[in-house]
Amino acid sequence: MQLKNEHKLQNRIRALTDGAATGLAVLSTILVVAPLVAIFIYLIYKGASSLNLDFFTQIPKPVGESGGGMANAIVGSGVLLGLASLIGVPLGIGGGIYLAEFGRGTKLANAVRFTADVLNGVPSIVMGMAVLAMVVHPEGHFSALSGGVALGIMMIPTVCRTSEEMLLMVPNAVREAALALGVPNWRSVLAITVRTASPGIITGCMLAFARVAGETAPLIFTAFGNSNWSTSLNEPIAALPLQIYVYAISPYDDWHRLAWAGALVLIVLIVLAVSLVRYVTSRGVLKGAS
Amino acid sequence: MVNAKVPEIHISQVQFQPEPQAADGQLPAVAVEASPIRRFLLSRGNSAIADRGFHVLMVLCAFSIFGIVVLIAYELMTLSKLAWGTFGLDFFYKAFVDTYSNQPLYWDPVNSHFSALPFIYGTLVSSFLALLLAVPLAIGVAVFLTEMCPRVLRGPLAFITELLAAIPSVIYGLWAVFVLVPLLREHLNPWLIKLLGWTGFFSDDNPTGLGFVAAGVILAIMILPIISSLTREVMTAVPHSQREAVLALGATRWEMIRMGVLRNARIGIVGAIILGLGRALGETMAVTMVIGNSPEIHRSLLANGSTMASVIANEYAEASSNLHLSALTELGLALFIVTIVVNAFARLLVWAVTRGAPSATH
Repeated sequence: MQLKNEHKLQNRIRALTDGAATGLAVLSTILVVAPLVAIFIYLIYKGASSLNLDFFTQIPKPVGESGGGMANAIVGSGVLLGLASLIGVPLGIGGGIYLAEFGRGTKLANAVRFTADVLNGVPSIVMGMAVLAMVVHPEGHFSALSGGVALGIMMIPTVCRTSEEMLLMVPNAVREAALALGVPNWRSVLAITVRTASPGIITGCMLAFARVAGETAPLIFTAFGNSNWSTSLNEPIAALPLQIYVYAISPYDDWHRLAWAGALVLIVLIVLAVSLVRYVTSRGVLKGAS
Repeated sequence: MVNAKVPEIHISQVQFQPEPQAADGQLPAVAVEASPIRRFLLSRGNSAIADRGFHVLMVLCAFSIFGIVVLIAYELMTLSKLAWGTFGLDFFYKAFVDTYSNQPLYWDPVNSHFSALPFIYGTLVSSFLALLLAVPLAIGVAVFLTEMCPRVLRGPLAFITELLAAIPSVIYGLWAVFVLVPLLREHLNPWLIKLLGWTGFFSDDNPTGLGFVAAGVILAIMILPIISSLTREVMTAVPHSQREAVLALGATRWEMIRMGVLRNARIGIVGAIILGLGRALGETMAVTMVIGNSPEIHRSLLANGSTMASVIANEYAEASSNLHLSALTELGLALFIVTIVVNAFARLLVWAVTRGAPSATH
C-alpha cells in the first residue's frame, strides 16, 4: 500500500516537473519575443512621428535650427553599399563556386569554409582598424573608398557560404547534361549551374547586403561621416547608421528625433530584405531545376 | 573467367588512347577537315585553357578569404608594434600607479599611460552577464520551438528570432539609450540595490543607469538569436529514434527532452553558447552607447565601464599620439585573436554534432 502511494507521488512529481518545464519554455519564448515587439512598436511610434519629406530631401541643419534631414546620409549609404557590393559580391560568389564546383571534399575547400565561418565572427570594428591601416593611412585622410572596402570585406564570407549552399542544391544531372553536350566546364558552371542557382545566390547577396547596411563600427574611422553633400570617393562620406549613432549620443532633442526617423528607414529596408530572403528560400527557389 | 577479364581491360585501354591523341595532335585533326560539327567545336577555341583559367580565378576568389585574415593580422601587428615594444606583456595585466594619490592610472592618453586591464575586465564582465541572461532563455526558446511548439506557430516564431539577428547594432543601442536605460534606472536598479546591495556588486553611486548591467542586458538580447538558432539546429540533428526510445520507456515529455535530446546535443549547445560569447566579446555599437565609457575598474555592476571594442570605437578616429593609436591597435589585435580562437573552437563543436545529420530546415 505504502509502495503504491510512493509510486503515485513520484508520478505526480514527474508530471509537475513536466508542466513546469513546458511553462518555462513558453515563458522564455515570450520573454524573447517581448523585446523585439517593444523595439518595433517604439521605433514605429517614434520614427513615424518625426519622418517627413524633409528627411529625404534635406541635409542636416546646424545645432539650434530645427528641421533638416538625412538626404546626404541616405545617398552616402548607397555609395558605400554599392562599393561594398562591387568588392564583396564577385569575390564571394567566386569563392562559393570554388567550394561547390571544384573543391568538393578536398582539404583546401574545408579550410576555406572554416576560415569563412570564423571570419564571419570577427568583430566588424577589427575590420575597420585593418582598413584604416591599409587604406586611410597611405591616403592620409578618411574616405568613402575605405568605408566601402571595409564593408566589402565583411560581405565576402556571407556571400561565399550562401552561394556555396545554393550551388550545392543544383542537381548533378543538370551539370552532366551540359557537359554531355560538349559545353566547356567554365561555361557550364556560369551559364547553367550559377544561372540555375541564381535566385538563391541573389538572396544570399541581399542577406549580406542587409547585414552590412546597418554596420556602424567600421565606418567610424573609415567613412568618418560628413554633414555636407559628398559623393566623392576620396572624401569622408555620410552614412545612415553612422548618422544615427552620432545623433543618438548627442544631447539635442531635435537630433534624437532625426535618429529615430533614420532608424525607422534603416530597419524598414533591412526587414524588407530579410522577409524577401525568407519568402524566396521558403518557396524553394530551385524546385524548377530538378 | 580470368582469361575473360583480361581482354576487357585491354579493350578499354585501347579505347582510351584515341582521346589524348586527338587532344595532343590538333594539327592532323585540322588537316583532316571533316564535318561542320568538328569545325564548330574547334572554332570555339581551346576550352582547356579557358577551363584552367576559370579554375584558377575561382581558387583565387576562395583564397581571398585567407588573404583577408592574413592581411588583417599583418596590418594590426605592424601598427601595434610600438605599443608592444613599449609595454610588452605588461600591457595586459599591469597598471601605472600614480605616486601622489596612490591610485592606479589605467588609461591616460595625455601622459601616455596605457593598460588594457579595465577593458579586458569590462569585456569579460559584460559578456558574462549577457551569457548568464541569454543562455537559459535561448535554450528555452529552442526547446519550445523544436519539441513543443504547434506547427502553425513554428514558422513565425523562428522568423521573429531571425529578425532579432537582423536588427543593426546601432538600433539596439538607440533603443537601449532611450528605453532600456531609463527603465533600468527607474525600476530595476533601485530594486537590485535594495535587495543585493550588501554583496557590493550593486552600489548606489551611479545615477545615470548606464553601466555593465545595461550593457549586459542589451548584449543578451543581441546574442539570443544566434545561440537559439544554433541550439535548434543541433537539437533537430538528434535522431528521432532517441526520442522514441525514451518515450517508449514511459517518460514524460520533459524527461524525453532532458534525456533524449539535450543530453545528446550538449556538445553542440556548448558550441552555440561559445559562439554567442564570441559575438558578445566583439559587439561594439550598442555597448558603446550604454556602458558609460570610463576606463576604470569597479566592483559594482551598476558602475560605468568600458570594453575593448567600445574604447576603440570612441578613441580610434581621434588618437592623440602614435603610442595611443598603437595601444588601441594592440587591443584590437587581442580582440581579433581571441574572437578567432573562440569562433574556431565553437564551430568545431557545432560541426562535431551536426556532421552527417540532415540540416535543419524550418
